[in-house]
Amino acid sequence: MGRNPVTWLGSPTFPRAARTALGDTQLRTNLRKATTTIRAKRARAVAELADWERLRRAGEAIKNDVLANLDTYLVRLEEAVTARGGVVHWARDAEEANRIVFDLARAKGADEVVKVKSMATAEIGLNEYLRARGVRPVETDLAELIVQLGNDRPSHILVPAIHRNRSEIKEIFSRAMAEPPDSDDPRVLAEAARRHLRRRFLSAKVAVSGANFAVADTGSVVVVESEGNGRMCLTLPETLITVMGIEKLVPTWRDLEVFLQLLPRSSTAERMNPYTSVWTGVTPGDGPGEFHLVLLDNGRTATLADEVGRQALRCIRCSACLNVCPVYERTGGQAYGSVYPGPIGAILAPQLAGDMTDKQAASLPYASSLCGACYEVCPVRINIPEALTHLRARAVEARPKHTAEALAMSSAGWVFRDPRRYEAAQRAGSLSRFLAGSDGTIKRLPWPGSKWTSTRDVPAVPKESFRMWWRRNRG
Amino acid sequence: MDSARSDILARIRAVPRRQPAPVPRDYDTARSVEDPVGLFVERVEDYRAVVRRVSEDELPQRIGDCLARRGVSNMVAPPDLPESWRWAGTRWSLDEPPLSLSEVDSADGVLTGAAVAIAETGTIVLDAGARQGRRMLTLVPDYHLCVVRADQIEVSVPEALRRLDPTRPLTFVSGPSATSDIELDRVEGVHGPRTLEVLVVDI
Repeated sequence: MGRNPVTWLGSPTFPRAARTALGDTQLRTNLRKATTTIRAKRARAVAELADWERLRRAGEAIKNDVLANLDTYLVRLEEAVTARGGVVHWARDAEEANRIVFDLARAKGADEVVKVKSMATAEIGLNEYLRARGVRPVETDLAELIVQLGNDRPSHILVPAIHRNRSEIKEIFSRAMAEPPDSDDPRVLAEAARRHLRRRFLSAKVAVSGANFAVADTGSVVVVESEGNGRMCLTLPETLITVMGIEKLVPTWRDLEVFLQLLPRSSTAERMNPYTSVWTGVTPGDGPGEFHLVLLDNGRTATLADEVGRQALRCIRCSACLNVCPVYERTGGQAYGSVYPGPIGAILAPQLAGDMTDKQAASLPYASSLCGACYEVCPVRINIPEALTHLRARAVEARPKHTAEALAMSSAGWVFRDPRRYEAAQRAGSLSRFLAGSDGTIKRLPWPGSKWTSTRDVPAVPKESFRMWWRRNRG
Repeated sequence: MDSARSDILARIRAVPRRQPAPVPRDYDTARSVEDPVGLFVERVEDYRAVVRRVSEDELPQRIGDCLARRGVSNMVAPPDLPESWRWAGTRWSLDEPPLSLSEVDSADGVLTGAAVAIAETGTIVLDAGARQGRRMLTLVPDYHLCVVRADQIEVSVPEALRRLDPTRPLTFVSGPSATSDIELDRVEGVHGPRTLEVLVVDI
């Protein structure tokens, strides 16, 4: 088994990537505008529903039920899809899933596949896999197209080109399209994308999609989108291949009444997204004659085994947590070096990658101020701060034992074990106030403390400890 | 392939699990508003779609008005579209025998009915049933004129889902095709119909 492509090969650790991103003022301007706009819109959309909190609790409980009975529901889904003329495949990892999709496309003689925007296929690096074997993947979501044509990487779960402004997009289109747009008006740019993709939709033989939900009882698969590119891919080609993480189930049709309210309002801050498609197996005479559903594990069962970390599998990929996160707002998504950026990415990506000895993956749980805003907006109540601190502990455990931090911690333990040593250390510590400025904070400590103060100030230690004060006044 | 299936199921079963608490269903499973039809109209308009309320009797004429205003000459429609809806000033291609993709692509627009509508979200649901035809018809042409009867309108999402059969191919349409991918500016129409017009028939 190869390396899991969920984190990008060669990405620097988060602190290093963040430092670079913070220096990009254009990026910060784009991001601030986008996240502030969407935050305000979302708050209005959510305020319309008086039962929002109850919907969140129901969403959380339904997904917990799914995780507790995942084997039962997966088998039920498989039966229902098969009974309606679909074919179900199981994939343990990225390599296996990619090979299934490639073999199916090849069997149809397709040298091009049209794609609906999908986090699952991004997670397994499907595009790279297909391209290396002579099958051209064509992204059809406008933002994914911008990213693809710009040889760029996505920076947001929902609006992957959020880091680009209109003039940058015009430039990318002008370079890549046969009929370049003649202005940077979003209307003109969207029209250029329409023309660019129209013929491909009408001639494609094979389409690849993800799934927002699948209903175990009925075998129905759901894709939520805005532009109609999803409907094009799900309707016109002869063969449809859907790659779906095994956790994206809901048990019954009725459960969708919860998620079709939670998802659009949390993600695009709309009452409902423009298009939602639901299909069950194949319908003769209407849509693809062949339907394949690939059930993807790729680190999910390992995540399920972690009692605290498993709640990340409740995620419905709405990206509300990105838009409220002060860290994401300043660094953008690419700094996370993973398919899943932002707060959810910080807990999902390292778990799916499954390797806490990897410095980049292990740095992600630290990409947070633990302010808790992500937990508050999450429509399925994932306690992201709790998972972050839990994963930080796992990252520390996985670290080699001779680091500066490990040494410091073990000497601190030695100091804390003896009251006399502790008081002596306190007296020594209070000397550090001579390093402080007039505002009582220390801007720069000598090494190794400099690693701490390079990103934050430290309050000076008071002249007198509580123990000394107590002895002087009450002793 | 079989071994992947049994491996994944075995990994899941190896995890010690407790049955979680039952799902609290205390959210609203139905909502009442004074004027569901009025709310539907208002919410569809929010997506910058054109909505008009008409009576049963005037429906054929109002369909004609819409087509004339748009200047369309070539419409496609599901095979069971009522005769009276087919305004005489336009050429109609019914999807029987099935039209080819290029025939649908070269049409100016499509006229259909609907299965269910949702007032709160301004959504029309198509289920390939009566007066709707297969999914391609409402997707490829650039203009979709849709007739919704007032008694098809439910207030909330839960009420609408109860009326639908999940095994049919379903399409939920909330306004015309739109994108917000460029600086979060909403632009109508990327790939689906760029113009959606709705005639709501008061019963």
